Amino acid sequence: MTSEEIIKGLRDRDPRRIARAISLVEENDPLADEILSSLDDSLIDAAMVLGITGPPGAGKSTLTDRIIANYRLQDKRVGVIAIDPSSPVSGGAILGDRIRMMGHALDNDVVVRSMAARGRLGGLCAAAGAAVRILAGSGCSVIIIETVGVGQSEMDIIRLADITALVLAPGLGDDIQAMKAGLLEVADLLIVNKADCAGTDTLAMDMESIVRGGTGMDMNRAKVFKTVASEGKGIEELLAAIESVDSSHRKTGERRLRRDRAYDLEVLDWALEMIRPSLIEKIRKGVHDRKGAPRLQAAKLLEQR
Amino acid sequence: MDEQKKHRVLIGKPGLDGHDRGAKFIARALRDAGFEVVYTGIRRTPEEIAAAAVQEDVSAVGLSSLSGAHLRLFPAVVEALRNAGAGDIPVLGGGVIPDEDVKLLRDAGISELFTPGTPVEQIIAAFRKACEAQEAGRR
Repeated sequence: MTSEEIIKGLRDRDPRRIARAISLVEENDPLADEILSSLDDSLIDAAMVLGITGPPGAGKSTLTDRIIANYRLQDKRVGVIAIDPSSPVSGGAILGDRIRMMGHALDNDVVVRSMAARGRLGGLCAAAGAAVRILAGSGCSVIIIETVGVGQSEMDIIRLADITALVLAPGLGDDIQAMKAGLLEVADLLIVNKADCAGTDTLAMDMESIVRGGTGMDMNRAKVFKTVASEGKGIEELLAAIESVDSSHRKTGERRLRRDRAYDLEVLDWALEMIRPSLIEKIRKGVHDRKGAPRLQAAKLLEQR
Repeated sequence: MDEQKKHRVLIGKPGLDGHDRGAKFIARALRDAGFEVVYTGIRRTPEEIAAAAVQEDVSAVGLSSLSGAHLRLFPAVVEALRNAGAGDIPVLGGGVIPDEDVKLLRDAGISELFTPGTPVEQIIAAFRKACEAQEAGRR
């Protein structure tokens, strides 16, 4: 497949070409340059990028499935980037977020792409950011990034989103305690999913009390949304809130601010991705004698460039 | 520190058969061998599996069947992939498949078949080979 074929395929919304384009950027292929620079910036500017994060088992994929269904009723083309962790031992991954979204499998206007975090130090942000651009460039006006919100690279990915929703569920226990610190601060919307289960009100009150303590927050943040994604309950209210946050962000300039920050983050991540192979090559060739502090060796390595 | 290219594969169960122990076992074995495995779950139509394989840009599709419907369903996935313009993605199948069906399935375009008792290393090696061949043919 040539880059011309792929670029044409993106415009024609050809599923195979869209998928190939995302793989090529994920693999840092030389063709990625041409593909990414061919994309229509106005489409990227216009798209809404929604981040959905929360601990495993909170129901992120099921919620995403319902959000997709609602946007499809509005005739919007939806892209999804579903990120799952890689095994730190084998480097492999099981990408299972799709299972909950298979109801849209035959809808050409729902483009779902699973991505493994690959346990890398960087690169995930670059790859996910590029995937967002490709999806927007092939006509998706809503793009959902779904990820477990633990770890630095996952947090960075969430920063690619215009709006972030944090999904929790009652009965998950300690994961939630650990997550409260970082994610509550970046989330625009707080959701208690599985709201038909015991413990919902306690969890919602808990989240509300934490959020109220903060300063300079959007009105929407003072509210915790309750959903039962498996039954489609609470989704319409949630979508209305997303729209209201989006329009307020557009008015206040917050959206622009986040886009600029995300852009810088992507540039940094790409730069690191580009340096990485040559550094690995040098280290592998044994440019150093493994003597002294590794930090000094690193400085020497960089001087050689 | 080796950053080798990852093979992406899809594991799915077509049809009404809900026995996913084998499919999940293979998915985990492939993950442990360093593959990125898209798992689509049970009760999928051949068309859904093909559409997912295309969107995920996988290099191979693995199907599992324990219910006896393999003669209809496995070739249906091969055909669905062809119809989706992805006939180059190899399909591998496993499950309770009688010897006399193996040849029929091969003739229908299933590139490898694994019957009960096949060592998992052999299955992983077959997936790796299928992925490498598919990826080499892309350019």
